[in-house]
Amino acid sequence: MLRDITLGQYYQANSRLHRLDPRVKLIATFLYIISLFLFKNITAYVIAALWLLLVIKMSKVPFKFMVKGLKPVMTIMILTVVCNMLFTKGTPLFSVWKITITYEGLKMAFYMIVRFVMLIVGSTIMTLTTTPNQLTDGLESVLKPLKKVKVPVHEVAMMMAIALRFIPILMEETDKIIKAQIARGADFESGNLLKRVKAMLPILIPLFVSAFRRANDLAMAMESRCYRGGDGRTKMKPLIYKIEDKKALVCVALYLFVLVAGGIAGNYLPI
Amino acid sequence: MEMIKIKNLIHEYIRRDEEENVVDIKRAVDDVNIEVKPGEFVAILGHNGSGKSTLAKHINAILYPSEGAVWVNGMDTSAEENLWKVRQSAGMVFQNPDNQIIGSVVEEDVGFGPENMGIPTEEIWERVEESLKSVGMWQYRKKSPNKLSGGQKQRVAIAGVVAMHPKCIILDEATAMLDPSGRKEVLRAVRALNQVEEVTIVHITHYMEEVIYADKVFVMDQGKVVMQGTPREIFSKVEELQKLRLAVPQVTQLAYELQKSGLPIKSGILTVEELVEELCKCG
Repeated sequence: MLRDITLGQYYQANSRLHRLDPRVKLIATFLYIISLFLFKNITAYVIAALWLLLVIKMSKVPFKFMVKGLKPVMTIMILTVVCNMLFTKGTPLFSVWKITITYEGLKMAFYMIVRFVMLIVGSTIMTLTTTPNQLTDGLESVLKPLKKVKVPVHEVAMMMAIALRFIPILMEETDKIIKAQIARGADFESGNLLKRVKAMLPILIPLFVSAFRRANDLAMAMESRCYRGGDGRTKMKPLIYKIEDKKALVCVALYLFVLVAGGIAGNYLPI
Repeated sequence: MEMIKIKNLIHEYIRRDEEENVVDIKRAVDDVNIEVKPGEFVAILGHNGSGKSTLAKHINAILYPSEGAVWVNGMDTSAEENLWKVRQSAGMVFQNPDNQIIGSVVEEDVGFGPENMGIPTEEIWERVEESLKSVGMWQYRKKSPNKLSGGQKQRVAIAGVVAMHPKCIILDEATAMLDPSGRKEVLRAVRALNQVEEVTIVHITHYMEEVIYADKVFVMDQGKVVMQGTPREIFSKVEELQKLRLAVPQVTQLAYELQKSGLPIKSGILTVEELVEELCKCG
């Protein structure tokens, strides 16, 4: 049952977006997120939304997968909207009891929700079109400059890659331990919350012990295969920018230009 | 020159308490002398705790000798400047297939060793192809290791070692966690490497059936080498082996029992065919 969970919600398809270099996708997503916070007017949001729709269309990923990404953050979203609506001061529209809804509050809440949705859908597209491995490779390469300030970029990327490799193994192991404990009479289903949390302990302890043992074995196996950190290492699948990637970067630049132009113009519009 | 030369090797595990006082010393390997020639297939037998795994870790410079010395391909393993060369020339395959596969795709895992050695990209791909083909896993190169059987995973691990072009491969109980068909798969791959590519093999195991193809067998008990010789010589000493809590293969056992009850059969029978032949002679 636990094996059904897929991490990194990669959606297999053959689109232009899927074939892009992960670094391009990372940079583009980063720039897109920043671009959402540059302006606070309708024109800028319309441009950002159009761009997003274009990218969604190109990715060939069904729209419902993107909506899925919104579900877990729904509560935070609603909370922010409500707070913005209630606590923004300005011209009151109407008031019920002690609560006053202002025009500014409504506007703020609307902008907030638009930003949130676009931000999450935008970054979901990246994870949907990039395999976890490509993602770690891309991150390592993009963050390489941080090495100069002694951030262990290679090590962190290696840790992420290993974590991804071991997630299914540890899932399977958890499954096995749960079954073994049930066979010994453990009860995970009844009782109040505290009781159920306590019941998890006999699963977690063996799992941790085995994870440490595995880590020990793995370290030995890596050393015996001449692993000695990132220095002097070559890549089997090096990341190389192709023409497609360069074109994509130009498109992103174009988008930013249009957005900035539209945003500045939008500031003078009456809405 | 010997591929592996182990001279008067002693390894002690020392347990200390919080104040660094020695609490307990356990001698895992005790005065072992072994020589392995290039291209040989050597098996090391022993039950649990006989020190065979500790011995294996010395050949790969994961452990250093407490006393004595180990040379791999003429290099002293305790010298720090030799460390990576030793590990490259003596590849190691471990017991648990899951805990030694690093990549999340088969081909990436095989490329891990060459990547660490700083091999250029094109050559890595050549090496990955040739080593996956040598263990018969080429068609699985795009698969996730989690989807493979134990025997297949272990063959991938072997390919990962082969891609580093080692002179010698040490299998540290590499078959212990596999089912019988997985064990056969792995052994077939290893024997092919030994015969076709002339890679020296050191196979550490407690399954007696697996050593019948070896050129030389060492039997270990309590850190010492207690018997050595060809498989035939070893298996003709059934009683001695039983004293060491090692079970001989069924055929050998049967032949031994028949011999004991008076049939004129030669000792040290290794295969069913041999026994059949001997029995026909009795006629």
